[in-house]
Amino acid sequence: MSRMTTATTADALAQVASDPATIERHFPAAARVAGREGGDGDAAREALLLAVPGQAAYVVDVVRRLYEHGDPAERRAVLLALPALDAPERSNAIGDAALPIVRDALRTNDTRLVAAALGPYAATYLDDDAWRQAVLKVIFMGIPVEQVAGLAARSDAELARMVRDFADERQAAGRVVPADALTFLALVDTPDPSPIRAD
Amino acid sequence: MRIFDPHIHMTSRTTDDYVRMHAAGVRAVVEPSFWLGQPRTSVGSFTDYFDSILGWEPFRASQYGIAHFATIGLNPKEANDARCREVLDVLPRYLVKDRVVAVGELGYDSMTPEEDDVFAAQLALAAEHELPALVHTPHRDKLTGTRRTLDVVRESTLDPGAVIVDHLNEMTVGVVAESGCWMGFSVYPDTKMDEHRMVEILRRYGLDRMIVNSAADWGNSDPLKTVRVAEAMLAAGYTDDDVDRVLWRNPVEFYSQSGRLDLPDTEPDGTQTHDDELVGAGATFQGNSVLRGAGD
Repeated sequence: MSRMTTATTADALAQVASDPATIERHFPAAARVAGREGGDGDAAREALLLAVPGQAAYVVDVVRRLYEHGDPAERRAVLLALPALDAPERSNAIGDAALPIVRDALRTNDTRLVAAALGPYAATYLDDDAWRQAVLKVIFMGIPVEQVAGLAARSDAELARMVRDFADERQAAGRVVPADALTFLALVDTPDPSPIRAD
Repeated sequence: MRIFDPHIHMTSRTTDDYVRMHAAGVRAVVEPSFWLGQPRTSVGSFTDYFDSILGWEPFRASQYGIAHFATIGLNPKEANDARCREVLDVLPRYLVKDRVVAVGELGYDSMTPEEDDVFAAQLALAAEHELPALVHTPHRDKLTGTRRTLDVVRESTLDPGAVIVDHLNEMTVGVVAESGCWMGFSVYPDTKMDEHRMVEILRRYGLDRMIVNSAADWGNSDPLKTVRVAEAMLAAGYTDDDVDRVLWRNPVEFYSQSGRLDLPDTEPDGTQTHDDELVGAGATFQGNSVLRGAGD
């Protein structure tokens, strides 16, 4: 019986660059391999994704499959790597093609995934309705709202109204209004009801 | 007191159980994949279930201060259904995951040729992935089933020290003690094993390779039976250190063979200094070690 000998991070990167299908085997083990080497699991997983050669459509296929087959730590690592996979200097930048996995993560009730989904990639590509619902969900779930990328730039009067209604609902019930709801309102609320885009 | 429950089906339990377990000293659990009562008819039902015990369930457990790991495998009952055999093909992609600490639960139900094949194939997968195996013994014809289980383990490349043979009783513990495998006992309200018989078995066979679990599921079971065994041991004159060995250090030693049992530091009295590690390295918010609740 041949045993699986776990590759080093450097071996894994070289193998993925020459045979991208091997990422299916290396990606799940990457965090504990990196941990043994004193490295960071999320960084190791991002490096593996960036090492996948080929056209954008192929890279997106790999990204989606790793997300679908991933446990929460793997899924989180995929979400965190999306901005790097979409960097403008990459000839195979993925564009908005990975939005389905962002939407999937936003449907979960796992605070780690919801937080990871709301990085710069979502700030760039997510439509207004979905983005507003996501920020409201972050406040509702107790995820620190300052972790949402592009918060000041993308917030508008409609989102401010939604958060104000949420705060009113809590107050009417005699329940605590999450501090982040007030933080958010202080950030975006202005006497002028017109859109408050900071850009 | 700190308790490691090495076999409990938390997907079948409520959040109230997590609260009570934590209050009683339970700090870590292993959830073996198993039969759900209602037979499954496709691989998709299995993968959603595996994803759940590697995803949602550890997240839920972490909110109550309990570290959660899993064992993955095709159970013997469903090994007899041709529609479920394809599960064997998806197992390799699960057996490389961080929170998978063994293959299981495996073993026999009705001792059919199909069960023989699936059991042996999964012991080979365990060896290939450098994982230990959790093997249950059948409810019916138990002694014969236990002997046959040990034969299959002997024919595999897995070391007996990498195998728990579970659900043992007075009739079956002897042959497993001789085999070198770890001895698992599921302490139930009225079947399998109770806490007082458990203490008698510890007296007779010693504390080496002894594993005690609640195996709590959707049946008549009690997630605090591990604690009841600890209390019965103390009442019978065992020391706090003996209790810690059976209810914490033994299961930690067994599952550590996976190289993946990433436990938070836990003192023998159950206190933990690094609560932020409960959801696993890298899983907390960046720059914020406090995992807040999931709202209401």
